[in-house]
Amino acid sequence: MRGRFALRSVALGYLTLLLVLPVGFVFLKTFEHGVGAAWDSVTTPAARHAFWLTIELVAIAVPLCTLFGVVAAIAIVRRRWRGRALFNALLDIPFAVSPVVIGLALLLVYGRLGWFGDWLAQNGLRIVFAFPGMLLATIFVSLPFVARETIPVLREVGTEQEQAAATLGAGPFQTFWRVTLPAIRWGVAYGVVLTTARALGEFGAVSVVSGHIAGQTETLTLHVEDRVEAFDLTGAYAAALVLALIALLTLLSMNLLRRKEAV
Amino acid sequence: MTGIVVSDVSKSFGDFVAVDDISLTVPDGSLTALLGPSGSGKSTLLRMIAGLEEPGAGQIVIGGADVTRTPARKREIGFVFQHYAAFKHMTVRDNVAFGLEIRRADRAKIRSRVDELLRLVHLEAYAKRYPSQLSGGQRQRMALARALAVEPRVLLLDEPFGALDATVRRDLRAWLRRLHDEVSVTTILVTHDQEEAMEVAGQIVVMNGGRIEQVGSPRELYEAPANDFVAGFVGPVTELAGSKLRPHDVDIRIDPVDGAMEAQVRRVTHLGFEVRVELEAGDGRRLWAQLTREEAEQLELMDGQIVYVRASRRMPVALA
Amino acid sequence: MLLPLAAVVSKAFGGGADAFWHAVSDRQALAALRLTLILSLVVTAVNAVMGTLIAWVLVRDEFRGKSFVNSLIDLPFALPTIVAGLTLLALYGPRGPAPFNIAYTRIGVATALLFVTLPFVVRAVQPVLLTLDRESEEAAESLGASPWVTFRRVILPSLMPAILSGGALAFARALGEFGSIVLIAGNLPFRTELASVFIYGSIQSDDTQAAAAVSVVLLLLALVVRGLIAALDRWGRRHEG
Repeated sequence: MRGRFALRSVALGYLTLLLVLPVGFVFLKTFEHGVGAAWDSVTTPAARHAFWLTIELVAIAVPLCTLFGVVAAIAIVRRRWRGRALFNALLDIPFAVSPVVIGLALLLVYGRLGWFGDWLAQNGLRIVFAFPGMLLATIFVSLPFVARETIPVLREVGTEQEQAAATLGAGPFQTFWRVTLPAIRWGVAYGVVLTTARALGEFGAVSVVSGHIAGQTETLTLHVEDRVEAFDLTGAYAAALVLALIALLTLLSMNLLRRKEAV
Repeated sequence: MTGIVVSDVSKSFGDFVAVDDISLTVPDGSLTALLGPSGSGKSTLLRMIAGLEEPGAGQIVIGGADVTRTPARKREIGFVFQHYAAFKHMTVRDNVAFGLEIRRADRAKIRSRVDELLRLVHLEAYAKRYPSQLSGGQRQRMALARALAVEPRVLLLDEPFGALDATVRRDLRAWLRRLHDEVSVTTILVTHDQEEAMEVAGQIVVMNGGRIEQVGSPRELYEAPANDFVAGFVGPVTELAGSKLRPHDVDIRIDPVDGAMEAQVRRVTHLGFEVRVELEAGDGRRLWAQLTREEAEQLELMDGQIVYVRASRRMPVALA
Repeated sequence: MLLPLAAVVSKAFGGGADAFWHAVSDRQALAALRLTLILSLVVTAVNAVMGTLIAWVLVRDEFRGKSFVNSLIDLPFALPTIVAGLTLLALYGPRGPAPFNIAYTRIGVATALLFVTLPFVVRAVQPVLLTLDRESEEAAESLGASPWVTFRRVILPSLMPAILSGGALAFARALGEFGSIVLIAGNLPFRTELASVFIYGSIQSDDTQAAAAVSVVLLLLALVVRGLIAALDRWGRRHEG
């Protein structure tokens, strides 16, 4: 009995020191100079621009990643083709590679001195240090989540229902839309939540390809760093709080979805 | 002396009373079966004797010592689980040696003792295998060897053959009986299968709803059940003229005899050696009789035929 | 996805193998790589112990607020890494209220890595612990094993594959982590500079050759870890059946 209590204390103590206190402290710090000061610092033009830029990136990247993830999951689980195992392994690259390396990779292909640099410049296209590069970076880092969450669900659901639908005269598209998708929807949704969290919070890869131009190519996470470096801690905490609140929403939906999935 | 004495033991899980004030004596060296339907409290009682469950009230004495508050690991018992509880990452040999290693026995002794037990359970050829490479019956024999290796004072078996298929179960039952004759350690077997209890045990404890209905030898329970529940649980029961009897004690005659009642044959079912006859008695009540194939052939019964039935032997107790 | 990575590899070896070796064996690059490797190993070890302990408490213990604590475990996955770094800096940094200052120290960097890698081992061990065969623990107990012996000889071997694969994921993550350490590391070469920070710095100073070379080393390490995870997965299944 005493042993159990000791274990519980160690576990909770560790979590408190590592997670609860630091995050809680930032909540407090944000409103150190009052709610007004905090509000002012998240509504500066640079902060507002960063907020909307982040939303734009997420709004484009997440649907693309979701579409890719579902298609990739089906291709891996339901189809037999050469290179399937390799494709499955490659899918995890963004998990295994440092975000900074991903940023560097994009730079070396699309940057001024990169492989396509000359061609892009001649055609007046700008990818690196601009929105398209940041979008590419965001997509790259958050690509595998939907597929990874969908694959096990798809395996577990099995093919019986799909075969039943086929014997009842459903075409491939109808089968997917009316049988497969409803069966995997919570898995996909869980993947979408993770994708969103990652896209929202990405720092390293975006940082490399953005160029940090306040009011132009600065996302919320970059804005946090920028504020810290400008010794505007209230601004940094306030922007961090916005991100933390979105993270909290993410956490809530993760819990909700996990429960749905378990049912 | 390693008899077991259970006195006034109760156990509840929340609102559910699993074991309700039970007292029981298991004689030294006996093989006793706890028989009952699921939820009758038999497994809970066994787990309390093992120390895997703590009684809410009462006392448990093993070999003269009060062990009510002694943890399982200090009770010197052997426990065998329904689903084998094999240590998956250990070989058969390591599984069997586990208890001896805990006791820090010396290596040579462990080796020879494990060899001896593997021979006893006919697994000497499988010593280096992992549990996943064994069949269910082999795994359960390994579990038995593991429990016996530490020379327990009592052996407790919780539905040990419940997860096995019928043929294997029959073999293992006979084998357990022989093993007990050889080792003669005080053994308690929990089962819901009356045939298994009757075949293996010398003493049967019939349990229902957390209480004991009757304790006796297989024959006593069959021939002199204490009540309806025991009568029905240890064998089939049918009713003739208001009294209860075993279906093979229904005497069928073609011609009227003293004390016989007129009845009509409704259906004759041939089950190999046994032939089942469903009848409707003169008072309109249904009953059934169990005949051997010979008896049935002599009678040449046909559906709809009128016959005369009486009890060749009644159960001695008037049952409610 | 492949094209950009190919570009990194080609850049790293663009000046020939000599140039690659020259860049990698640069003192600062080497120090960054060494520190990354050491800290990742330390962080993985701490995770293996604490993650297993936390998973154990979440599965086997009962207390009020347990489900809240359980959802808290996912916080590092949900929270942007830069925010994670900022919170640690705020509380344990030079102007924080904590009685110590871990900013710009290796301990600070390790703490940030512990923060972001927390969920891996916990989430890997938890489901295994939930489906563990309780009967084999009772069997060990009935054979005379103490709780500690039961844990070490019966439970731990069953958890080991999950601990190792969770640990490998945490290790891979720690190797490449950037966002959470930017603020707390203070970028002191030779002292707190990790490989990812070194790569970032090299990019900023237009030394893409050095950045690419160190990146390739990280890629290779990631590849090794992946192979390790796959092997562990097979090993973990070996006695199933």
